[in-house]
Amino acid sequence: MFGLSACDHVRVKVRLHNPRRDLEIEGPITIINLLARLDLNREAVLVVRDGELVPGDESLADDDAIEIRPVISGGEQ
Amino acid sequence: MKCVTCRGPAIIDIRRHNSNFCAEHFIEQCHRQVRKAIEEFSMFEKSDKILVAVSGGKDSLAIWDLLLDLGYSVDGLYIGLGIGGYSDTSLDYARAYAKTRSLHLIEVDVPSTFGFDIPNGSRAAKRVPCSACGLSKRHLFDEEAIKGGYDVLVTGHNLDDEAAVLFGNTLHWHTEYLGRQLPVLPARDGFPRKVKPLVRLAERETAAYCIVKGIDYIVDECPMAAGNKHLGYKNALNEIEAGSPGAKHSFYFGFLDRAAEFFAAEASIDREGLGACASCGAPTTSETCAFCRLVERAGGQLPERTGVNAVSVDLGPTRSGSIQ
Repeated sequence: MFGLSACDHVRVKVRLHNPRRDLEIEGPITIINLLARLDLNREAVLVVRDGELVPGDESLADDDAIEIRPVISGGEQ
Repeated sequence: MKCVTCRGPAIIDIRRHNSNFCAEHFIEQCHRQVRKAIEEFSMFEKSDKILVAVSGGKDSLAIWDLLLDLGYSVDGLYIGLGIGGYSDTSLDYARAYAKTRSLHLIEVDVPSTFGFDIPNGSRAAKRVPCSACGLSKRHLFDEEAIKGGYDVLVTGHNLDDEAAVLFGNTLHWHTEYLGRQLPVLPARDGFPRKVKPLVRLAERETAAYCIVKGIDYIVDECPMAAGNKHLGYKNALNEIEAGSPGAKHSFYFGFLDRAAEFFAAEASIDREGLGACASCGAPTTSETCAFCRLVERAGGQLPERTGVNAVSVDLGPTRSGSIQ
C-alpha cells in the first residue's frame, strides 16, 4: 500500500515525457517504488527535481514536483 | 545512499559498478571512464585536430563537454535534417552550448543544401526514415571531417548504443557489420578516423552528466525514431540489465575481447573495390555513392515544412491520469 489515510493524503506531482503528461500520485513514496508503480525500468529513466537528480532511495513528500526523464534515444546507427 | 568515494549523500547509483556517487565524484567517474576508453583504444592525442558530431542531444553534448574538461581542443559539427520543429529545437541546443563556451560549431543544413528533408526524402527514396537519416549523417560527417582537415571524428555512441547494435547484428548474423563494430575505425580509403569515447558510459550516465553539469539538451525523442527496432533492442537489453546489472557491458566488451576478430576478414571484404563517387568523389563501391543516389531519388526540390513534433519513445507500459 502506498497511500495514507484520507485525511493525510500527500500528493506528489509527476511529469512524464514521450508523450509529455502530468500525474499526481499518492505519497509518501520512494523513487524506486514510484518507478515500479509506473512500470518504468530504472535503467531507462532519471528522476529530476528542481534541476537536480533525485536518488532512488529518497522518499517523495507533500508538494514535491518531479520529472521522470527518459534516457534512451536513437535511430539506426 | 552514500557516495562510494567520500561517503557523502549520493545522487546516482550505477548498479553495474555496484557504486553510488555524489555529484562531484560522479563527474570524476565519467572523466575516468572516458579517459580509460581513449587510452585503452588509442583513440587520439591532445595534439590531434578533433571534430565531434553534435545533435543537440545528451550524448553528443556530454562527450563534447567531457573532452573539453579533459583538455582536448574540439570543434562541433551539426547536421540539420529538416525534421520539423525537432530539428529546429535540437539546433538551438547545439548552438547554445557552443555559444556560451565560445566554441566553433560547423552547421550543414540538408534541406537548403541538398533540396530534401528526412521525412519527405526518405518517403520519396522508399527508405526507412532512420536509414535515410543515418546514411545522410555518415556521409556528411565524413565529408566535413575530410574537408576540414580533422584528424579524427568523434561520435556520441554510448554503451547502450553499441550493445543494441551488437544485439541486432547478432540476432540477424550481419557478420559484415559485426567486423566493423569497434570503438575505433581507422582512417582509410577516403574515410576519416572515427572514434566512440563514450563506450564505457551508459546513456543513463550521459544524461545524468548533462543534468549535473547544467547542460541543456533536447529531451524528447526524434519523432521519426519512435517504434524503431533499435529502440526495441535497447528496451530488451534494459530488461535484462535490470535483473542482471552489468549484462550490457559484458555483452559488448566480451564481444570486443573474444569475438570481434573473427569477423574482421569479412568486414574488410566489404570495402574491397572502393572507387570515387562520380558525383561527389566520396568512396563507394558503385558508380555513385548511396548518399548521391538518395539526393537524386529524394527529388532535389525544396521541402515543405512537415510540422512534425516530438512524439513518444516506448518506455514500456505506463499509466496516465491520477494514480491512487
